[in-house]
Amino acid sequence: MAIDLPTVWAGIIAFSVLAYVVLDGFDLGVGILFPFFPHRGDRDLMTNSIAPVWDGNETWLVMGGGGLLAAFPVVYGTVLSALYMPIILMLLGLVFRGVAFEFRWRTIRGSIWWDVGFWLGSTVAAFCQGIALGALVQGITIVDRSYAGGWWDWLTPFTILTGLAVVIGYALLGATWLNLKTTGSLQARARTLSMITGAGTLGLIGIVSLWSPFINASYFERWFAFPAAYYSAFVPLMLAGCAFALWQGLTADKHLQPFLAALGLFVISFVGIGISFYPYIVPTALTIEEAAAPDSSLQFLLVGAVVLIPVILAYTGYAYWVFRGKMDPEEGYH
Amino acid sequence: MDYGLTAEMLARIQFAFTVSFHFIFPAFSIGTASYLAVLNGLWLWKRDPAYLKLFEYWKTIFAVTFGMGVVSGIVMSYQFGTNWSVFSERAGAVIGPLMGYEILTAFFLEAGFLGIMLFGRKRVGDTLHMVAVVVVAIGTLISATWILSVNSWMHTPAGYGIDANGNFVPEDWWAIVFNPSFPYRLVHTVLAAFLTTAFVVGAVGAFHLLRDRTNRQAQIMFSMAMWMAAIVTPMQIFAGDMHGLNTLEHQPAKIAAMEGHFESHPDGAPLILFGIPNEAEQRIEYGIEIPKLSSLILKHDLNAPLEGLDAFPEDERPPVMIPFFAFRIMVGIGFLMLGVGVWSLWARYRKTLYTNGLLHRAALVMGPSGFVAVLAGWFTTEVGRQPFTVYGLMRTSESLSPVDAPAVGASLTAFVVVYFLVFGAGVFYLLRLMKRTPMVDDDHELDKGPHRAAGINPGPAQEDTIRAGASSHGH
Repeated sequence: MAIDLPTVWAGIIAFSVLAYVVLDGFDLGVGILFPFFPHRGDRDLMTNSIAPVWDGNETWLVMGGGGLLAAFPVVYGTVLSALYMPIILMLLGLVFRGVAFEFRWRTIRGSIWWDVGFWLGSTVAAFCQGIALGALVQGITIVDRSYAGGWWDWLTPFTILTGLAVVIGYALLGATWLNLKTTGSLQARARTLSMITGAGTLGLIGIVSLWSPFINASYFERWFAFPAAYYSAFVPLMLAGCAFALWQGLTADKHLQPFLAALGLFVISFVGIGISFYPYIVPTALTIEEAAAPDSSLQFLLVGAVVLIPVILAYTGYAYWVFRGKMDPEEGYH
Repeated sequence: MDYGLTAEMLARIQFAFTVSFHFIFPAFSIGTASYLAVLNGLWLWKRDPAYLKLFEYWKTIFAVTFGMGVVSGIVMSYQFGTNWSVFSERAGAVIGPLMGYEILTAFFLEAGFLGIMLFGRKRVGDTLHMVAVVVVAIGTLISATWILSVNSWMHTPAGYGIDANGNFVPEDWWAIVFNPSFPYRLVHTVLAAFLTTAFVVGAVGAFHLLRDRTNRQAQIMFSMAMWMAAIVTPMQIFAGDMHGLNTLEHQPAKIAAMEGHFESHPDGAPLILFGIPNEAEQRIEYGIEIPKLSSLILKHDLNAPLEGLDAFPEDERPPVMIPFFAFRIMVGIGFLMLGVGVWSLWARYRKTLYTNGLLHRAALVMGPSGFVAVLAGWFTTEVGRQPFTVYGLMRTSESLSPVDAPAVGASLTAFVVVYFLVFGAGVFYLLRLMKRTPMVDDDHELDKGPHRAAGINPGPAQEDTIRAGASSHGH
């Protein structure tokens, strides 16, 4: 076997998680921004802009979890035990967020409560995802292939910071998405929010990046050793490029460019995290190789993944294409 | 917080609670997706607006149900790791890829085309919209296929090996996917989903016929549902019987628990119709028995010997109380469904299908019966698998995460509170949607307002509902 199956699978799972982060990121971001849009009509347009696609976006989260169970069962078991509370809170947040899409239409008096649920659910889910990321970066205690840490290990100043960073980052994705999909005063407000959350996101990326090497020395060594040093040298440059594209796009009233620039910030940060982790899948505790399921499992599912993921991307792209363009509040969009 | 319960028991209660809540939604949406495909097909074929109206009517109900199914399903996909990490690690290499295929072949497919199905008719045209409706329906069936293969493997494991770490490793994927109980469980569960939907549709039709027996949409719904009841219930009873025989072959202890047979019967086992199992003394109290009938049903021979629970080591016996009662509830409902189906055939023959108020009332009462039967069936089979997660190979007590009882207790409490709040509201909204009278003449709903043009999210439909409700009280 010429190809290294565990690495391929780590790549597929990383891709799924990235797809989840950028796709559900913007629709969780729309929810996070709810309090800044006091008019019910605005919030109707906001939810309608994501209603046809959110379910597909969230499926990437299931793909990440399912892929982990199939390809790296030990990671699935230990990491989810370690992150017990944030994961449960995230799931409950996603419950409130997911049902609000339909429920807010089913009642007049209760509608505002489902909007609160939509906001709170989106925010809690995003915050918990950030905490999970931070907890993974700071390290999980694994002895004999099972979790050996405490129940509150995930709660540290660093993880609270990463939680906050993800909330603000998703809000940026949401704001630039709204800038792309809406017009008029709603779009103007989205543009202002893009500016604010953009600045916040960049600041938080900076603080997290500077803090990480002090959490775990191996990150420090990795970033200043070859070949990663090539990439690490370019990271600040690429981030600056995206930041400029974001700022320029917003000030020049471009609609697609700020969204793409925000996606770029996420992709660059994500690749950076990948470099920090490799070859570990749980930093300094489990490598990709030692956590992998038997080759027969990896092979069996890889056949399907290789064939089906391109098909999935094609029809997902088609679904986005069908619902392309600006939301029209007058005529209705669906 | 833990009320003296062990972490294992709390985790089991949590799984039973979340999976029961979850399964209610797919049990209904699997059938509804197929029903919508039929309705949309009839609309395109006959261009009769009654079918379009029915499609739009059930589509909204489907959207609410599907959303609840998705969010409660995501909880399930992570709960294996949070509460049952040892099981996940040891069985992940076998069941993980099957779930992976469920995601790749079903979840993405449903999610990708759901938006077009719900909101896209105007944007993509009738033909592509129909494709989307059919794809969503097929997606729900593919999903059922994979997850039931996983579940069946836990009941009747096959095609596996066990490595040095004690982990299950796949050896023959064909044998794993098509493990011995899978075909039976798949057929039994999918038919159950169709019947569940049929009885909900039948009850909604009956409800509106009781208000106005000339409402054509209500007549169509009721008639279609009663055909399903008359045709599918006998098929389901047959499939259930086959499934039982399969269980006898592979999990005889479960059958003994379901039948309430604490003792083996070397020459013909009685069928215990009712009774109260006394597990401490290993006997049935107040039992009403028909001699030899159990042997006749299970072995097709009056005098065939049948093993009781005493034939199994004490630490490998399932609890009796839940399988015994749940099984009787399921079977009882099955025969009630058959009764309604036969009654409807008689009414149809007498041409009183739309006027027989008693039949309509019976159908209305039977509306939720599918859900009860489905849950009772799952409780029978899952409790009957105990004390194992992977039958005969891995014990439930060995499957648990290294979690503390307070952590599981706290999360269980959170799930109970949130689920009752959220899904309670959801069921309330569903009932209110079902209360809307399905009208065609009153077509303002299709023309008015931005969201209605293609029949999406009739948000302000709320007002109509209240108005329709208010006017009906006036009758």
